[in-house]
Amino acid sequence: MTTQSWSLLGIYLAVLFAAIKPLGLYMVKLMEAPRSPSLARLENGLFRLCGIEREEMSWRQYALAVLVFSLMGCIAVYALQRLQLWLPLNPQRLPNVTPDSSFNTAISFVTNTNWQGYGGETTMSHLTQMLGLGTQNFVSAAAGIAVAFALIRGFARHSAQTIGNFWADLYRATAYLLLPLSFVLALALISQGVVQNFSAHQEVVTLEPTIYEITRVDNTGQPVTYARGDAIVDAVSVTAQTLPMGPAASQIAIKQLGTNGGGFFNVNSAHPYENPTALTNFLEAMAILLIPAALCYTFGKAVGDTRQGWAVLAAMTVIFVGAAIATISFEQQGNPKLTALGADQTAGALQSGGNMEGKETRYGIGASALWAVATTAASNGSVNSMHDSFTPLGGLIPMWLIQLGEVAFGGVGSGLYGMLAFALMAMFIAGLMIGRTPEYLGKKIEAFEMKMVSIAILITPALALLGAAVGVMAAGGRATIFNPGPHGFSEVLYAFSSAANNNGSAFAGLGANTPFYNGWLGAAMWFGRFGVIVPVLAIAGSLAAKKKLAVGPGAMPTHGPLFVTLLVGTVLLIGALTYIPALALGPIVEHLILWSIS
Amino acid sequence: MPNLIRPAVMLMALLTILTGVIYPLTVTVLGQLLFFHEANGSIMTVNGKAVGSTLIGQQYSQPGHFWGRPSATSPHPYNGAASSGSNLGPLNPALTGLVEARIAALRDADPRNDQPAPIDLVTASASGLDPDISLAAAYYQATRVARARHLPLEQVVALIDRHARHPWLGILGEPRVNVLRLNLALDGHEPDS
Repeated sequence: MTTQSWSLLGIYLAVLFAAIKPLGLYMVKLMEAPRSPSLARLENGLFRLCGIEREEMSWRQYALAVLVFSLMGCIAVYALQRLQLWLPLNPQRLPNVTPDSSFNTAISFVTNTNWQGYGGETTMSHLTQMLGLGTQNFVSAAAGIAVAFALIRGFARHSAQTIGNFWADLYRATAYLLLPLSFVLALALISQGVVQNFSAHQEVVTLEPTIYEITRVDNTGQPVTYARGDAIVDAVSVTAQTLPMGPAASQIAIKQLGTNGGGFFNVNSAHPYENPTALTNFLEAMAILLIPAALCYTFGKAVGDTRQGWAVLAAMTVIFVGAAIATISFEQQGNPKLTALGADQTAGALQSGGNMEGKETRYGIGASALWAVATTAASNGSVNSMHDSFTPLGGLIPMWLIQLGEVAFGGVGSGLYGMLAFALMAMFIAGLMIGRTPEYLGKKIEAFEMKMVSIAILITPALALLGAAVGVMAAGGRATIFNPGPHGFSEVLYAFSSAANNNGSAFAGLGANTPFYNGWLGAAMWFGRFGVIVPVLAIAGSLAAKKKLAVGPGAMPTHGPLFVTLLVGTVLLIGALTYIPALALGPIVEHLILWSIS
Repeated sequence: MPNLIRPAVMLMALLTILTGVIYPLTVTVLGQLLFFHEANGSIMTVNGKAVGSTLIGQQYSQPGHFWGRPSATSPHPYNGAASSGSNLGPLNPALTGLVEARIAALRDADPRNDQPAPIDLVTASASGLDPDISLAAAYYQATRVARARHLPLEQVVALIDRHARHPWLGILGEPRVNVLRLNLALDGHEPDS
């Protein structure tokens, strides 16, 4: 790891931690009705217009509201894609999206996954991007925050039957948190060169013509051959370059802040129009972890002991820093096969060196690998480099972070509620070891909670591993694997891990825009999202109804290093036991091959 | 259940107007007013004629121009309409084959240069549209460019030095140079403004 990479990691964490307390405090206020009378009046008016009752909900009502709202979202996004040709704001005259791709994309954006089987600039009209995908970027993130709020209330309340009002939580998280932050970030991004307009694509004449060859095809799409059987190749000269346009900055701001990750362009934040400078890269990477990290402080404050929030945050930070150092080091080490061919991969004052395949010069190794870790530690899934071209172990770490359930900061809301499920698990294990009824924050952890925790923790590995197994067994799954050997298996494993955990990043060589992957990954995303949210809300409801116990001398403190160690250990142990066999077949065997034959 | 449908539909409509219409339109209007050049693609002009975007790389193959990163877009390199990386895994024989061919092409164009090739000059970028190369990749090509243009080497090196960009505070960004700016300067074109 170079000095520059160490400095980058240091300053990244410093800025992040400086923002945690103020933002965390602000979010505590969001859990209640606004104090300003004018905002309260506006809210009242809007809620009356929408037919929203202001009573609080039981966990069942809350869960049903989340599901109904998400289903509506799916229908809206699906319809927009299927009808975009006949709707306005489609200057490129892009055709309607296919049914299977529309299905996949609708679920993908509603579940905060933002897996993209399509290429943005060649598929989606401006209207679809704004009304469909842009809106879901906000509301799917806000739904995650709402569920986290509900769980926090479960811990904070006692002898209560309700855990909040979903409509109010959703509205407040969107209007008072995500919108203002996105607005500021979007303008900052435009100032650096991120495009924001409604123009059709622009054409410019390039300095040199580009000459390339294409295989001649007949009108059935078959290559035309000479008598000897060689394909006829025509030389084509292009003198112009198309520059893609559109309202990118407004969408990029929220896709980073809302841990969505769905890019405006095909290559996501590697595209110079999405992420033009080192500064935009820093801001966008910061935006990934900002809200998830601050929510930990919100949690501590709301349960009346900020040390509890810092302890959870400490556990997340330990996992994150370890992963970042490992990934940066593996990528900086480079690819031994390319050194053997006569390429210079050493880092120095004139180049970043390292494994530069699938990375942009302006980010080099440090900022690319740091992003890869942040985007998979959270459920963001945006990329600024191609994970498929990472070194085997450099690619293993991001994949494993996804598989851990994205609890090192995690998605907005989902990171906190996922980590709190692990905290309950950790206290349960500790309780078993010392033979006491486990408790956390004064709440007894009993059979019902542990059943729900087990479902929440086990559903995503089940979806990821079973899905990957189907993917490599079925012909439809194997047909579009891009890289040969163990790397091809990694592509499929990564895809299902990413979908089940609502990440959305990919080993993008895999051709995923097929009915097979669109269907299976769509199902994995849906159950990976709501198969966790419903049990988490059940836990929230059950905890809220319990009495709060006085902290006795025998209770294990949950704010010290012992608890942090226990929590980190639980996350890593469950992640390791579940996934090491699968990882051994992919990246680990690939690493051994790479370094043994060179 | 029915008492959930109306709030769901109405709130979705309300938030769609707020986040899907008002938000992007306000950002667009402000972006166009405050940062007109940047919001519209940072397009560089020479004597009023657009020559490309400073942010989007172009394909060069003449020996008298600096070459950019290899690009994996299809059907031709630096296709701005379809950004793409190669997605080749580290063990893929196609990757080693391509890198070998790129190193050979660099050697052919400049046989007296026996330095190892800077890694970014022989590997495809993530976007396929990378506008920059590392300083190492620029200095590596200086001898070829100088010979093709019958210029003294020092003059070409000085041109790279003038356009070189270093990490801000030694932390943000990498040592790099914008290839379009460098080649426009070589061709004697001065970008407007």
